[in-house]
Amino acid sequence: MNTDSHAFIFLSACVVNNFVLASFLGICPFLGVSKKVDTALRMGIAVLLVMLVSSAAAFGINLVLQSFDAEYLQLVSYIAVIASTVQLVEMIIKKFSPSLFRALGIFLPLITTNCAILGVALFQTSREYSFSQSLVFALGAGAGFTLALWLMSGLREESEFADPPKLIKGTALSLMIAGILSMAFMGFAGLGA
Amino acid sequence: MSNFFATTLSTSPHVKDQRSVPYIMRHVVYATLPLVGFAFWNFGWSALLVVATTSFFCVLSEGIFNLLTGRASSVGDYSALITGILLGLTLPPAFPLWMAAVGSIFAIIIGKAIFGGLGHNPFNPALVGRAFLQAAFPAAITTWSIPQAPQRFASLLPSTLAFPFSTPNLDGSAGATPLALQKFSQTASPWQDLFVGTSAGSLGETSALLILLCGLYLALRKFLDWRIPLGILATVAIFSGILHLVNPNFASPLAAIFSGGLMLGAFFMATDMVSSPVLPRATWIYAVFIGILVVVIRIWGGLPEGVMYAILLGNAISPQLNRLIKSTPYGHGNKAGHGNKAGQGSKA
Repeated sequence: MNTDSHAFIFLSACVVNNFVLASFLGICPFLGVSKKVDTALRMGIAVLLVMLVSSAAAFGINLVLQSFDAEYLQLVSYIAVIASTVQLVEMIIKKFSPSLFRALGIFLPLITTNCAILGVALFQTSREYSFSQSLVFALGAGAGFTLALWLMSGLREESEFADPPKLIKGTALSLMIAGILSMAFMGFAGLGA
Repeated sequence: MSNFFATTLSTSPHVKDQRSVPYIMRHVVYATLPLVGFAFWNFGWSALLVVATTSFFCVLSEGIFNLLTGRASSVGDYSALITGILLGLTLPPAFPLWMAAVGSIFAIIIGKAIFGGLGHNPFNPALVGRAFLQAAFPAAITTWSIPQAPQRFASLLPSTLAFPFSTPNLDGSAGATPLALQKFSQTASPWQDLFVGTSAGSLGETSALLILLCGLYLALRKFLDWRIPLGILATVAIFSGILHLVNPNFASPLAAIFSGGLMLGAFFMATDMVSSPVLPRATWIYAVFIGILVVVIRIWGGLPEGVMYAILLGNAISPQLNRLIKSTPYGHGNKAGHGNKAGQGSKA
């Protein structure tokens, strides 16, 4: 059992060990869908949703696997759970917001291979979080992911007006912004410890 | 009458003043010179060499970058010089010069030039350079020399002239900053010492009094937005005042605002016109946000000082503040009925 308080788990997953800016997980959608603030926010919420559902499912599956002494199946079964959760979210979004579905494009099915989500499932297992701790952890991770996307999209929208040298225009510039943002997040190191 | 016909007619905004970018920047440089002088008096030749190195390499990298990318030279607008001086003022006195040079190049190239130069940098370039140095050389940037050392005008500190890319020989007898004393051994420094500035710390951050005077000069001449330093300092004073009442081990409000890089950051870094928000309301939120983060990092974080990170994070949210807080165009007031129509009109 893990004795960390819920507030600490949330803060740690959201800010101190932010999945994108401190652990460098989920960089693909972070760079892919951070061009516009609106899309970025919705992507963040979609990821948050998938994280919550797959975290709850992973907790149950882990219990079942442990009772069979079959923990070696964790990775495979987590991936299967995440893939089906993403399918679910994809169907919901397609039904209720076709425009968002088009805006997210390939990055929506790609949530399946988003290492941040697999990270949530694996971290919560290895840290032996209880069910409620797991959910708070997933919530914090998703909120942190959304926060990173929100900050990044604002900076990128502003850099649209900039006049960077040809060499660095586009992805290279985004990576540089992400790097500086990550350096700024180093200030949270050790917070609450 | 010939003058009348020579007048060009144009739409707003109209420039009513002779002020240009180089003019403003030149006055900011003047305002930092007393701080450089004080750093020299407090820490000796090593301090002056650090500031000279950062200034030289900042201006040099700006010039070389302009040459390589075929842009008009922007060396003459003094902005690279300011970045250099400010970066130098945030470094410890015994900082090896080669590291200072690396930080300056990083500040100008990564912090500003790749975004297209002055006016486009989302973060304060000097702080980007310092954050890089903090990540790359954590030991050297937290080794503080004793202020008012007797041989400061006779000899250089041993690590100043460390050979490039070698590990510097850091002074073991180094002093601790007032903030580190407060955080790790709960020893409060009298705020009077912090105010005058004969305490250990980064080059330009020690004298609150001098920074206040230089900052007031800039604020009175409207070279900086007075709301930002006022908002940051008031937030830090109130927040740490409450915490001090709860637990007297935390710094008192006066010690909190006069110690560390808070004064320097609030007056010279957070007020960067490019990386701070535009409208007054957004500016207040930005300042309060920075103030809260400073106290949170100082008290609950792993580092004794968080001003640099707080301002960088403030810079990171300022595009969002600019986006969310907009001025209402004249005639589109928030009166019931009118506001709705205006909203629909702009969407259509």
